[in-house]
Amino acid sequence: MTLSTEIATLPQQAGRERSRPARPLPVAAISTLTVAAILGLWSLASAYTLVSPVFLPSPRQVVLALYNLAVKGFVDATLAEHVGASLIRIFGALLASIAIGIPAGIAIGTSRVGRGILDPVVEFLRPLPPLAYLPLVIIWVGIGEASKITVIALSMLPSIILSTSAGVRSVSKDHVNAARSLGASKGQVLAEVVLPSAVPSILTGIRIALGAGWTTLVAAELVAASSGIGFMIQSAAQFLVTDIVIAGIVVIALIAILLEYLARQIERRLVPWASHR
Amino acid sequence: MSILTFRNVSLRYPQRAGNRPGGDVPVLEGIDLQIASDELVAVIGRSGAGKTSLLNLAAGFIAPTTGTIAVDGVPIQGPGADRAVVFQDDALYPWLNARDNVAFPLKLKGVPVAARRERADKLLEKVGLAEAGDRPIWELSGGMRQRVGIARALAAEPRFLLLDEPLGALDALTRSRMQEFILRIKAESGAGTILITHSIDEALLLGTRIIVLSPNPGRLSAEIEAGFSAEVLSGASVAAVKASPLFKRMHAGLTGLIHAAPDDEVAA
Ligand SMILES: Nc1ncnc2c1ncn2[C@@H]1O[C@H](COP(=O)(O)OP(=O)(O)OP(=O)(O)O)[C@@H](O)[C@H]1O
Ligand SMILES: [Mg+2]
Repeated sequence: MTLSTEIATLPQQAGRERSRPARPLPVAAISTLTVAAILGLWSLASAYTLVSPVFLPSPRQVVLALYNLAVKGFVDATLAEHVGASLIRIFGALLASIAIGIPAGIAIGTSRVGRGILDPVVEFLRPLPPLAYLPLVIIWVGIGEASKITVIALSMLPSIILSTSAGVRSVSKDHVNAARSLGASKGQVLAEVVLPSAVPSILTGIRIALGAGWTTLVAAELVAASSGIGFMIQSAAQFLVTDIVIAGIVVIALIAILLEYLARQIERRLVPWASHR
Repeated sequence: MSILTFRNVSLRYPQRAGNRPGGDVPVLEGIDLQIASDELVAVIGRSGAGKTSLLNLAAGFIAPTTGTIAVDGVPIQGPGADRAVVFQDDALYPWLNARDNVAFPLKLKGVPVAARRERADKLLEKVGLAEAGDRPIWELSGGMRQRVGIARALAAEPRFLLLDEPLGALDALTRSRMQEFILRIKAESGAGTILITHSIDEALLLGTRIIVLSPNPGRLSAEIEAGFSAEVLSGASVAAVKASPLFKRMHAGLTGLIHAAPDDEVAA
């Protein structure tokens, strides 16, 4: 029976294939339409007050809130100052996790002892949600900047360590042998061959780490901070200033997209050869 | 004048689980070989005969199971700049441009930037790539890359050049041009050379001596002196050399030798 229905539907399907438009709608166009539709529904919902403005301010209000944030600020700081505080934290944490993660990744990738020591640490840290150890870090390091930077750095660390060790291990055997037969010492092989081959992988790790770090940052600021974009949202929420909450969310998303874009540009500049290997 | 010596060298790779039982597989056995600076020793043999293993031993990438390998009587301890290798798939560094690849051995030696740049440019000129210094490796053709690889090896000023099928991946036309090029480079640099090749033509044309490696385990089954490279260097055309009766006779002889090797692998 199934057989007969399949046979019956086959020609129809074939016919549909043929009548498909020559050029389907590009994905970008579909995405644009989606965004427009969401914005449209949002405007309609607030225009007809389907939802109370306390819960869902109109797009116009959010844009106004953004403007006010930028000019006047909220809870003692302008938008730029909040964003600045957040960015300082994330780049501080990035520097710290690079300073620790790259040597650790090299140790894992090049030495059995290094792998034995560090693998369990990384494997323990990796699946932990950063907010789970935030309270402990606050007990240890205090409530100040150091605790936030520590937590963000910890959340970035695994991807930097793992991408470094993967990059180090992916070095071509011929590349290493060539250097040795041209007179390279062990240290020179590491510095001149192994590390350069690992750079594309390390950069990818940094890009992933930035994403993870940004998520952790906002979460950490929601819990414990007196400045920063996450803190701004949290304070606004306490006073039910929903337009600022939404404006803050939009800013967070835009910065995340910008960071990703910047990281990709740096990758392209720094390792144009990675795509030609 | 330097001499690279293999004395009673044998090589076994450690047996891994899943392979034939009964211990390690002998890959090379009883290899006695001497290569002097003025020689170009061409090594031919079927796939799997152990040619690359022989070269890796000379380079010091692997250590012999028994026997010794020495340069001027001093046993080698691993790889060194006195024995530079050119790989079949070039092994150039894609993060460096052509010039910096050539300058790489000089950088290792601590030569100052300006001096190594100058030296690298000279070497690039020598291999006919004077204009290519700033170009990234991936933009170069296969033949150009092999020339960069050879220039890089020459920059180390090695006493021996170890070439593992450097022309294997090239088309016939580029290949024959590169053969003459290798002859010239070898003569100028005065480095004793081991050239591994699949091509009997190439071995005869380039080698001052030709060694046939027979498989399972790899042994030197024949050793033949050849003088065609001298003829080409002194101006004879390659086509004329290849057409000579002697060349044809030796070609037939070598073909016979390679096929006469014990045949316990299916269709090697
Ligand atoms: N690292 C290794 N471990 C174990 N066995 C190996 C290893 N390298 C090579 N062999 C074995 O040693 C033998 C000789 O290999 P080798 O690469 O030297 O041959 P070859 O003559 O260079 O062949 P080709 O012409 O295909 O390059 C083969 O049987 C191969 O399987
Ligand atoms: Mg080989």
